[in-house]
Amino acid sequence: MTTLAFLVLFAAVVVGYALNRAAAAGIKSRQSQMHSLVGFHGAYAALLVGLPGIVLILFWLIAQGPLIERSVMAGLPTAATAGLDSGALALVLAEITSIARGQIFGTPEEWKLAAAETLNARNASASMALVVVVGLLSVALVAFARSRVSAEFRARHGVERIILGLMVFCSTIAIFTTVGIVLSLIFESIKFFRMVPLHEFLFGLRWEPQIAIRADQVAGQGAFGVIPVILGSVVIMMIALVVAVPIGLLSAIYLNEFASPRARNIIKPVLEVLAGVPTIVYGFFAILVVAPFLRSSGAAMGMDISPNTALAAGVCMAIMLIPFISSFSDDALSAVPRALSDGSLALGATRGETMLKVLFPAAIPGIVGGVLLAVSRAIGETMIVVMAAGIIAKLTINPLDTVTTVTVQIVTLLIGDTEFDNPKTLAAFALGMLLFVITLGINILALRIVRKYRELYD
Amino acid sequence: MTDFSSRQTRFDWSSRAYQDLIRRRRRSETYLRGAGLASIILAVSFLGLMLAALFSTGYKAFTQTHVTIDVPISAEHVDSADIFGSNWRRVMQDAVAGHFPDLEGRALRAAGEILSNGAQFMVRDRVVEAPEMIGSTLSITVPVSDPFDQLSKGLVDRQTEEANRRVTDAQIAAFDKLAQEGRISAPFNWGMFANVDSRFPELAGLKGAFIGTGYLLLVCFAIALPVGIGAAIYLEEFAPRNRFSDFIEVNINNLAAVPSVVFGLLALSVFLNWFGLPRGAPFVGGLTIALMSLPTIIIATRASLKAVPPSIREAALGVGASRQQVVFHHVLPLAMPGIMTGTILAMANAIGETAPLLLIGMNAFITAAPATPFDSATTLPTQIFIWADSPERGFVSRTSAAILVLLAILVVMNALAIYLRRRFERKW
Repeated sequence: MTTLAFLVLFAAVVVGYALNRAAAAGIKSRQSQMHSLVGFHGAYAALLVGLPGIVLILFWLIAQGPLIERSVMAGLPTAATAGLDSGALALVLAEITSIARGQIFGTPEEWKLAAAETLNARNASASMALVVVVGLLSVALVAFARSRVSAEFRARHGVERIILGLMVFCSTIAIFTTVGIVLSLIFESIKFFRMVPLHEFLFGLRWEPQIAIRADQVAGQGAFGVIPVILGSVVIMMIALVVAVPIGLLSAIYLNEFASPRARNIIKPVLEVLAGVPTIVYGFFAILVVAPFLRSSGAAMGMDISPNTALAAGVCMAIMLIPFISSFSDDALSAVPRALSDGSLALGATRGETMLKVLFPAAIPGIVGGVLLAVSRAIGETMIVVMAAGIIAKLTINPLDTVTTVTVQIVTLLIGDTEFDNPKTLAAFALGMLLFVITLGINILALRIVRKYRELYD
Repeated sequence: MTDFSSRQTRFDWSSRAYQDLIRRRRRSETYLRGAGLASIILAVSFLGLMLAALFSTGYKAFTQTHVTIDVPISAEHVDSADIFGSNWRRVMQDAVAGHFPDLEGRALRAAGEILSNGAQFMVRDRVVEAPEMIGSTLSITVPVSDPFDQLSKGLVDRQTEEANRRVTDAQIAAFDKLAQEGRISAPFNWGMFANVDSRFPELAGLKGAFIGTGYLLLVCFAIALPVGIGAAIYLEEFAPRNRFSDFIEVNINNLAAVPSVVFGLLALSVFLNWFGLPRGAPFVGGLTIALMSLPTIIIATRASLKAVPPSIREAALGVGASRQQVVFHHVLPLAMPGIMTGTILAMANAIGETAPLLLIGMNAFITAAPATPFDSATTLPTQIFIWADSPERGFVSRTSAAILVLLAILVVMNALAIYLRRRFERKW
């Protein structure tokens, strides 16, 4: 039915275009002066018919499902739904929709079958109504567009105004996305903080996101203190930086000062390959090679090292960050004016001394900005830690221990769980909010540092 | 002046102290240089080590051990009225018994474990296709089950104690007997590309993931490219310098830095819970990834629009084109190669994206390839994630092989982008 609606709309667009074009061509053959080209008259009709139609269909499709479900649920016999909470009602709805789709398990009650029938009937009539409404709207708009064709009508201006509007809309999608992220995180987090107080979340030292399945379950009370989770993120981030910053920085120094142009042309793309590898590959590398290696070398030294150490995840994250830091540092070093290094070399300093005592200090703000961006990446990185780090939150800074991170918790809390009324799933959104705020703050800080430093030499 | 020169002569350039200083400075120069070179070698060797590890574990998954068996399709077990529902397990037991006449009972069942669990369905499908086969013997080549695939590839050490091995001595003897009869072969593993996911490593393939990734990329491309180009043209060619366009630019830059998992949360609460779109569908994944790739595409498009010289615009305006005609007839076509290069690179990044797809349920175990973008599906990276989590030994090499396939696709896309850049690059 939806396809039919789209087909009707498409047909109307074509008809509108053809009608207007033919009408404009008719006028042109009689009268040589027209404001707009014939094609613009056609395009005007096509846009005028097509855009409202598409918007209408999309909104209809989004609204139809929830509205009909609500009406069906409201029509259920009160005796059947009395005393059910929202979770049980959702289950009833799920059963009704699966019956409506023809998947019947066991022998459902009479009223459920009846509700499924109503659901199907209302869905069918809503789809029918959509086609009729789209058809009527299209006919009206085609007629309206046709009525405007005349020698004086400024069709080109109309078309260009519509296209400009479309382009403005395209560029505001970035704003809509940001607003969508912020609003969805805030709404779900507010629900979470109604169940778990904010101070307990921010300052709690225990993270045990279990929820009771039965009310009388032992140890059913979960704990949602975010400190150990954040500490885990910081531990892995620090390991990654301790490995990646020296390697990335020294690579950049070598590329910038010592490497021949030919070597540079070969090495730079190879490092960029490292940046293009999907992070899930690093995660698999961690569990395939790094973690077993750490485990066996730990066993050789008489230590029992768990398979999910922070070290394994940190090292693999470091490999991911090396090209990032080296290209950022390389850019920062190249941005230092040539006069500074020429002056230093002319005074008799070696290349190394020039690099360490002149170029490097001058490039420090840019490098710090790059490292800060790397920090925000390391905190937001998900797949490496999901595969290589643990899921149990421990308040430890031992790199050989198992830790968990904010992103790991978000993923583990949400995988396979679609109920949205318990603190366990909602906690993921509170963590997401925290992650969003932290990374955004670091990024703004980093960009500000970089920009300030650029102005220094401009 | 004389004072200056006399001071200079007092300095002994050939003194030992000065020579030492020079040597020290040169040495620290060498150290710095060496450290730089060493760190580059270290970084590159990480890449080499990773590829080597993936190749050494993954290359074996590109062949699959098969066994050719004779299956008697007796009319006794196969009901010609209901071929599909016949007792195929029994048929396979008879076939195994035919190959091992001296085994019976439990030993025979153990020998039967050589065959993949899917073998009976392959035989069934062949007979359903050609019912006239009933009563004759079908010679068919089927995959062996995972432990014997490992054994044949030398990944099971025959020297380990029987209790610590996944195959018993008797099973090895049975397998060797088949090998001696020349029934064991190891052809290229087409199943890895043609099969859908399975719990059994020897039957699992990437077909569903390929189609899922294809749909996802299609949706992502169809949304991100027009929206990205529209936004870039507006910001670069039409937008007035004011607060509003500054705000848009700040937003685009911030979006580029938002962690991918946060986009997953957005998709989960807006697309799935609010709009009610289907869970695990490539359409939803494509929408999410499109939002993530928008900043990249917008930035690349703006750069290539900027690269078109203003003289082109002035000439077009001069002969009477409107500002939009200038852009759409002259500037955009000239900028198109650059835009396509940037878009392909953005799509290459999008292929590897995993975290947001986990949150919208694209990591479900699905044994059917999606027919439309609205069906539940996996993508290549989420399939890799599923396999990496599977306990069966055979999935380790399959995961590596799937990663190699993913990396090969990325290499092809990047090569295409580089080719386009070289082919259409213009210096004005």
